[in-house]
Amino acid sequence: MGEFRMPSLGADMEAGTLVEWLKAPGDAVARGDIVAVVETQKGAIEIEAFEDGTLERTLVEIGTKVPVGTPLAVIRAKSEATAPAEAAKEERKPAPKPTPPVPKAAPRPTSAAPARPAGDRLRITPAARRLADEKGFDAARLRGIQGTGPDGAITLSDLEEPAEAPSAAPAPMSDMRAAIAAAMARSKREIPHYYLAQTVDLSRVSGFLARANADRAPEDRLLIGALFLHAVILAAKKYPEFNGHFIDGAFRHSAQIHAAMAVALRGGGLVAPAILDAGECDLDTLMAGMRDTLGRVRAGRFRARELSDATITVTSLGERGVDTLYGVIQPPQVAIVGFGSPAERPVARDGKLAVALTTTVTLSADHRVSDGHRGALFLRAIDRHLQEVTGQ
Amino acid sequence: MTKDEIETLVRTELGRIAPDIDPDEIDPDGDLRDECDIDSLDFLNLVTALGKALSMPMPEADYPQMRSLDGLLAYLARGTAA
Repeated sequence: MGEFRMPSLGADMEAGTLVEWLKAPGDAVARGDIVAVVETQKGAIEIEAFEDGTLERTLVEIGTKVPVGTPLAVIRAKSEATAPAEAAKEERKPAPKPTPPVPKAAPRPTSAAPARPAGDRLRITPAARRLADEKGFDAARLRGIQGTGPDGAITLSDLEEPAEAPSAAPAPMSDMRAAIAAAMARSKREIPHYYLAQTVDLSRVSGFLARANADRAPEDRLLIGALFLHAVILAAKKYPEFNGHFIDGAFRHSAQIHAAMAVALRGGGLVAPAILDAGECDLDTLMAGMRDTLGRVRAGRFRARELSDATITVTSLGERGVDTLYGVIQPPQVAIVGFGSPAERPVARDGKLAVALTTTVTLSADHRVSDGHRGALFLRAIDRHLQEVTGQ
Repeated sequence: MTKDEIETLVRTELGRIAPDIDPDEIDPDGDLRDECDIDSLDFLNLVTALGKALSMPMPEADYPQMRSLDGLLAYLARGTAA
């Protein structure tokens, strides 16, 4: 008998609000099935089953905020016989009536928040929509509420907490900002970062991309970001001390590579969901994975494992960002690789000055796990894989 | 497809990708990706959607012609006029 728990969703999230059951008691569940949806500071997150079985009963009511680790439901594994008599008896007892969540205070829309234009689609999470319906909020009232979710979406907490009266005091941190602050403060407090940088010539990469994309329909085209990610994954296979988690004073290397991409959200904040098993992906599969993941990030909905299981992160400020950026490691990971914007820059080649497309690749890594010497080898391996891209 | 229909299509697709941007506030000669704060994947999604809707291949080599909103509209008008 397995308990289906509120998973850890990364270093920065301690609780989530159950907003939806996608399976009912008695339903068969297969490993990987999405069983429930929780709302967090970073948006709606789908939680998957970890084993095959049957959903025996649910333990948490919709709308309840529960800490990480709380059992949400009981799943009977396939291998287990039907529930023993005792359990069956227990099941017949009426379930304790869960206390419905009580809002902290009566919601009160603020007149200070800028109202959305009437034609603009209202952004609201499913759970908040349900609560709003229960409370009989009309559309005009909802439009007066400034959402704090992704893309300014209205979340449960926006309906539960009274809006601040207009004042000169600085605005309180949004949930998203608070989550980032908590994770990054922990990172800088606990992880002794060291930083390395390497200039990489992208002439071959851009030539490869132009040739590869020339005959492709837009939906099959590759972006340079997919090549960057692929090079990092190949390098991480050779240098395992950059791929894994540092937990309870020890580094645990991960045999799988779940490569996360830091993604800026419109309206502020960022998330870094992973492409799961990215180590098994070829370039096209990786590109498809990026499109799929980023599409769901934009929609404000992703899977729990994509946040909790990431083993290494890649960050860039896009093709029009800055020359160099040094990432902050996401605990419990131990490395983050940054790519500066590709641009034409002067380079020395065969004793002459030439102009070539280049980028600066950086590594921020955990000194408890690795040293600069290995970090340099890791960065050079990324460079080498980008030079060998034509061979793929 | 008329010029107006193309413009409506482009505005609709831009609205899908950058819902927080008011199309009326975009500088039509400015860099579209900067004006709408969209990244390379957003731009690829825009090209994919427009290419499908207008049955145009929209090759990468033509991207410079799609730099601004006006440039993109003119490019699409040329491609559909043939």
